[in-house]
Amino acid sequence: MSNQIVQGILLGGYYALIACGLSFMFSVMRIINLAHGSLAVFSAYSLWWLASQFHISPFVGLLIVLPLMAAIGWALQRFLLERSARGGALLPILTTFGLAIVIDNLLFEQFGADTRSLAPYIGSLSYDSWEWPGSIYVGKLAVIMFAAAVILLGGLQLFLTRTRLGRSIRATSEDPDTAGLVGVDARRANALAAAIAMVTVGIAGAFLGMRATFDPYAGTPQLLFAFEAAVIGGAGSLWGTLIGGIVLALAQTFGAQIHPQGFLIGGHVAFLIVLFIRLSTSGLGLRGLLRLPVRKPA
Amino acid sequence: MSLLAVENLVVRHGLLQAVRGVSFSIERGQTLALVGANGAGKTTLLRAIAGAHQPTAGRVLWDGADITGVPSHKRVGMGVALVPEGRKLFVQMTVEENLLLGKTAGRPGDWSVERVLDTFPNLKPRRHAKTGHLSGGEQQATAIGRALMSNPELLLLDEVSLGLSPLVVDRVYASLQGLISSGTTIILVEQDLNRALSVSDKVICMLEGRVALEGPSKGISRDEVTKAYFGLHRKSAASVPA
Amino acid sequence: MSAASPVIERGTPASRISAIAVVVIIALLAVAPHFLSAGAVDRMTALFIYVILAAMWNALAGFGGLVSVGQQVFFGLGAYFAIRLADAGLNPFASLFVSAIIVGAISWPMSLFMLRLRNGEFAIGMWVIAALTHLLVNLDRLVQGETGTSLISLNVYDVGVRRATIYWLALAAMTALLAMLFGLLRGSTGAAIRAIRDNEEAAASVGVRVTGTKRLLFVLAAFGIGMAGALWLATSITFQPKTYFSVQWTAYMIFMVLVGGIGTFEGAILGALLFFLIETWFGGTGVWYLIGLGATAVLFSLFLPRGLWGTLEERFGLRLLPVGYRVRLPADAVDGDTAPSTQQSTAQREKA
Repeated sequence: MSNQIVQGILLGGYYALIACGLSFMFSVMRIINLAHGSLAVFSAYSLWWLASQFHISPFVGLLIVLPLMAAIGWALQRFLLERSARGGALLPILTTFGLAIVIDNLLFEQFGADTRSLAPYIGSLSYDSWEWPGSIYVGKLAVIMFAAAVILLGGLQLFLTRTRLGRSIRATSEDPDTAGLVGVDARRANALAAAIAMVTVGIAGAFLGMRATFDPYAGTPQLLFAFEAAVIGGAGSLWGTLIGGIVLALAQTFGAQIHPQGFLIGGHVAFLIVLFIRLSTSGLGLRGLLRLPVRKPA
Repeated sequence: MSLLAVENLVVRHGLLQAVRGVSFSIERGQTLALVGANGAGKTTLLRAIAGAHQPTAGRVLWDGADITGVPSHKRVGMGVALVPEGRKLFVQMTVEENLLLGKTAGRPGDWSVERVLDTFPNLKPRRHAKTGHLSGGEQQATAIGRALMSNPELLLLDEVSLGLSPLVVDRVYASLQGLISSGTTIILVEQDLNRALSVSDKVICMLEGRVALEGPSKGISRDEVTKAYFGLHRKSAASVPA
Repeated sequence: MSAASPVIERGTPASRISAIAVVVIIALLAVAPHFLSAGAVDRMTALFIYVILAAMWNALAGFGGLVSVGQQVFFGLGAYFAIRLADAGLNPFASLFVSAIIVGAISWPMSLFMLRLRNGEFAIGMWVIAALTHLLVNLDRLVQGETGTSLISLNVYDVGVRRATIYWLALAAMTALLAMLFGLLRGSTGAAIRAIRDNEEAAASVGVRVTGTKRLLFVLAAFGIGMAGALWLATSITFQPKTYFSVQWTAYMIFMVLVGGIGTFEGAILGALLFFLIETWFGGTGVWYLIGLGATAVLFSLFLPRGLWGTLEERFGLRLLPVGYRVRLPADAVDGDTAPSTQQSTAQREKA
């Protein structure tokens, strides 16, 4: 049992990785990007393509894919989200949903229905494990993934609190109008935040491909996991995302113990329970759920 | 050439015309007081000068150059800084972070976190406190300090005494006096007529989005301003009151 | 009424003509199976189901301000309960209707919870509900996981009779649901719905029962989409959870409503018609067809967010099925009462 708990916690690292971009974008731009999961799968396919065509190791491939993801994030904000956000809170949902359909089906068109994995391209890392005290075997990849999550979340936290750009992004997220009045280019801050979010999505996509298989329509479950982890954790602090990811992964692990089909059910149920508790105690929207401050009226 | 000139400015909030054809100019080193009843369009006018509202007609000239279409964050870089009504601090951030944000535009100048803390000594112990937890006076000092951090040539102050106790207002104005004497150009919105007239060189009284009265602060009587404030001057001019 | 007071209208000459046209069209559709080929009857049935889906999603999103990407949950449940009821011995045609009622009933407690979420959280929260429901339905032994099952009891009916019956059921369901929605929008609730759509907070502040009205729309949409799911099952006989709980259904709904005109009664119907034609012409192109649908949805959301009908309505003051009130100002009441041309130029203060 303790073995499963350890595995669950490590898997939580992956969910934190996929969730942090989603909640970061929401907390800065108030947009839930429904193409989030599809973009992670896109990153996985890009790495797979580089590895299978050019024998580029996925870790090296990230050097190409992450800047690409950053550019996609920037363009996404500038050309799509910025425009559709002007039409109200509902329109970006439709825009990003349409985008998800386009991405999923383009991937299908390009790569077919076969499931792929990056595991064959990372050597023994995909199956090697360390033995921990108490005869617990932990996969090296799982540990790397968890460490990556901690480093990424910590790095983002430092960036947001210690740098001028980070402060600009936080100011924009709190009050874009006033941010402009103190000299912050809110459009640029938003585009930058989107670029950063997409870099995290790119990293999450890489681990998605390494730890499991994916197909063109794998984006939907990734989006749901990301959303669930973000809400469970209450991503007011980035570390909440890690907690949320761990809780989600543990719930899935326990679900799988109860019933062979129970893995996903366990996660969804845990999410709904947390949602229910938080809604009945706060009654607020997602800003309350994520324990974010309520934006002051303009 | 005037530092700032506003020509026939019209600003709307949806269907409502908040500013209806306002023109005035201000020279370097001058202090201009904007007075008028609530809803006269003062705040909207300041926000339009700062670039937070796009006017529907008219022009804003900065040193003779047309900046009507320039967004707010670029105007900060040119030297326009607004201390907004209600202070509008970033409450999730500390005093120091709020002040540092003022440096974003990167204008060269003397203002630093240290100098702001020297100017507003009450902020010193609160340097690392979240601004949401500050008293009204401390918040106002942070808001002014944040604007000063951009080393502005023109400082726009929107009701800096709102919600503060008279004692704190005195302290805020005492520190403003230093700025005024150092030659910073200031446009301030102030409800307290006496104070507005005493600190400014020039006063403009607004009524329903228009300039009702304009003149040197020293040569104008309180009575004239009060009349303009309530729109009574129009009766004496034999026009039909709205 | 004195000439100086505004005239309040509930219809226009165009709308009175279109009211007659609607009756004629429904009558023609009702007798159509006698003249159409079997394939055409099936396609028309599909069209009716699309109209239901579009109208119901539009009721939720366009009028209730609730964008859901999990409406497939009701589509899937509509089919699932129909299977379950038929398996329990209920007449298969009756089970279609009873199933929709059960779906509507289930949506009520669900709304207590889900309607507390806002915007994107509601959208994706519904998606989680759909995913969870899909997994739970898979656990039912009758369904046999993704293998699925069939509405076998329908096979006792002659193919021709079955086809025509389903056609008429679909037509009746569509007509009834549209009439319900129309009545709702024209009745006293309609004003509340429009108030919420335009500004939820303002509506709440003047005493509109925001949550109650949204709940009504949520339940209506669940009922209608459940009906659509059950009808779809009747046309295709087989039930595979993966097909019915697919997010693709919501994608279709969004496409139809976004293209037709979100928040307009006629727009959803127009959108369904367009979608039906596009599917007929391009459905065979497979994946590119889906890419095209997604891309069109993105483009409409960016450049024509009011959709085709919304844009037409704005430009020309067109209104075939008026659900709101129209106030004509006195000047028009005096000189424009008999001249249709001036009515066209009347300020369109009404929004619906």
